[in-house]
Amino acid sequence: MVRINPEEALKMLKESSLYELGKRADFVRKKLHPEGIVTFVIDRNINYTNICINKCKFCAFWRPNNHSEAYVISKEELAKKIQETLEKGGTQILLQGGVNPELGIDFYIHMLKFIKENFKIHVHGFSPPEISFLSKRENLTIREVLSKLREAGLDSIPGGGAEILSDRVREIQSPKKVKSKEWLEVMREAHLLGMKTSATMMFGSIDNEEDIIEHLTSIRRLQDETGGFTAFIPWTFQPGNTELKEEHPEIMPAGSVKYLRVLALSRIYLDNFRNIQVSWVTQGIKIAQIGLRFGANDFGSTMLEENVVRAAGVSYRVSLEEIIEAIRQAGFKPAQRDNNYNILRFFNEI
Amino acid sequence: MFEEIRRKIRKGQRLTKEEGIALFNTEDIYTLGELANEVSRRINSDRAYFIVNQHINPTNICINRCKFCAFSRSKGQEGAYELTIDDIISELRQTQEKIGYISEVHIVSGLHPEWSFQYYLDMISEIKSKFPSITIKAFTAVEIDYFSRKSGLTIDETLTKLKKAGVSILPGGGAEIFNSKIRNMICPEKISGERWLQIMKVAHKLGIKTNATMLYGHVETYEDRIEHLSRLRELQDETGGFLAFIPLSYQPHNTHIKIPYLNALDDLKTIAVSRLFLDNIPHIKAYWIMLGEKLAQLALLFGADCLEGTVIEEKIAHSAGAPSKKGISIPELAHLIREAGKIPVERDSFYNIIKIW
Repeated sequence: MVRINPEEALKMLKESSLYELGKRADFVRKKLHPEGIVTFVIDRNINYTNICINKCKFCAFWRPNNHSEAYVISKEELAKKIQETLEKGGTQILLQGGVNPELGIDFYIHMLKFIKENFKIHVHGFSPPEISFLSKRENLTIREVLSKLREAGLDSIPGGGAEILSDRVREIQSPKKVKSKEWLEVMREAHLLGMKTSATMMFGSIDNEEDIIEHLTSIRRLQDETGGFTAFIPWTFQPGNTELKEEHPEIMPAGSVKYLRVLALSRIYLDNFRNIQVSWVTQGIKIAQIGLRFGANDFGSTMLEENVVRAAGVSYRVSLEEIIEAIRQAGFKPAQRDNNYNILRFFNEI
Repeated sequence: MFEEIRRKIRKGQRLTKEEGIALFNTEDIYTLGELANEVSRRINSDRAYFIVNQHINPTNICINRCKFCAFSRSKGQEGAYELTIDDIISELRQTQEKIGYISEVHIVSGLHPEWSFQYYLDMISEIKSKFPSITIKAFTAVEIDYFSRKSGLTIDETLTKLKKAGVSILPGGGAEIFNSKIRNMICPEKISGERWLQIMKVAHKLGIKTNATMLYGHVETYEDRIEHLSRLRELQDETGGFLAFIPLSYQPHNTHIKIPYLNALDDLKTIAVSRLFLDNIPHIKAYWIMLGEKLAQLALLFGADCLEGTVIEEKIAHSAGAPSKKGISIPELAHLIREAGKIPVERDSFYNIIKIW
């Protein structure tokens, strides 16, 4: 298939009907995944701290370090959470902060070693803002930070902190966070070291179509160069309890129509990404089911625990059984996978 | 298949039952949605309606035990409640103070073993006298049948009295699925499909507009759904009394029919097929309470033109685990509609335009 250029993608996002986008995305998804399998990973989000210096306006999770709800996870608690994850059939943890200024690289190395010495579990951890901060704090290069973390047990890196890779938007909603170039640079270095990462995009705040295409174009370009992205995960800004909503009360949560348009366009445009995930946490399980016919082939993770989106007032929670059944009802074969999208097991009909 | 159906739809020709079933079986949800949207636009342009309304359920005490219902209770059972007329008046007053006005009140209830027909008439008269500007949409055909049996009046007489007391429209509930075999499985004590249609016919003849519903997604087949739609289409040909059709997506929690997790693709298909098949009913409602706000929004591009309304506090679907909020604000409704590329139109009970938002 001929590659779509950014101008064409922009035109499609602005002008194509939802039906055209859906049909085309479904065609591409079928071609890449003709076997009709929809995968997911069983994992838990563990947020080792909520203390954060970035104070992004779209985030309702962070606390200043003197706040009564501020925390850094204890070893005991971390171990308990991992043990529970393994008991529930989990294969990985998503380990993410806060960018906590008091935690140096030794904290991270100790935490990773502690996990790896005690548990057999995949650690999908940190994100470019945390890596970038550590490099500055410790006066190390990005590559050095990544190498040290990897040696200590870090297996792969989630695509968080990307939000929208448009500095125009970042300047307004997350001025203290890494800029687009730094985010991409961390991912490039990780890929060059042989680490896999995912890519995300949070949209539906003050971004427009141009910003979305800029984001998709940047990650597509990097993927051409490294091939290190396993999946792309677009999700929508949740305005509850955020400073951004206070400053811009006119922002309403993006609905399913906008979400599905962006999801479908992503599948069509990101021709070098093998996997696209639905975001049931922000859109609910019904729209996630529809998303499987708008380009997505993966249900993300079961998220036995999730804190960040919940802090913004979203309460979509589903059980493993519901995820399996939702996939099946939508006409697909549910399968548990690992972080590299290898299938671990199928599920028998109830 | 779509070529033939598209040709018929563009010529304004009626779909056969076989074509309706074929549409349900299609994998091509995109073309299905596009066609349904085309028909919806032909009837309602790009308008998507909502109403400032409130749902009131005077009691959950009910002599029937429908298997799909998680709302009903016996008298004295934990959770059973009865509202007095004063309770209802004060609920309406609270809402009016909060949001300024209410265009419509939607009243449906359990079949209370002790309440007399006169009590319901007094309830309606009292609401009408206290709030003359609120349109009263009240009592499903199932309740009308119950009132008539309790009072010994004919359906015609029962409805005439209610109309005189202040009822302007009947809601479409209680239709479930007309097919008698399915009906016996899910709600054996409830009036038959025939009886439901008969009562609606009398209402229409008396000049009372009504809605129509269909409860789907439990044990029925696509054939049963098309049969149901077909019966509604026939009656509408005869009376023209249906304002809107509302497919109700079955909510399986806390009920006696356990089914696998619901399929959102089926929800969209049901909306779209309803729009295409019911060529004589002007409005198709995406009931956000049962679909959730997000899927209801998407339904506006699959043939629906109405999102119900503000509702304030929904009880029946929420008893069965509906994951939506209990009420929704006008700015939220308007945003959902606009994002779908439609024009948010606040309507009155008869689909006259009150305001374009």
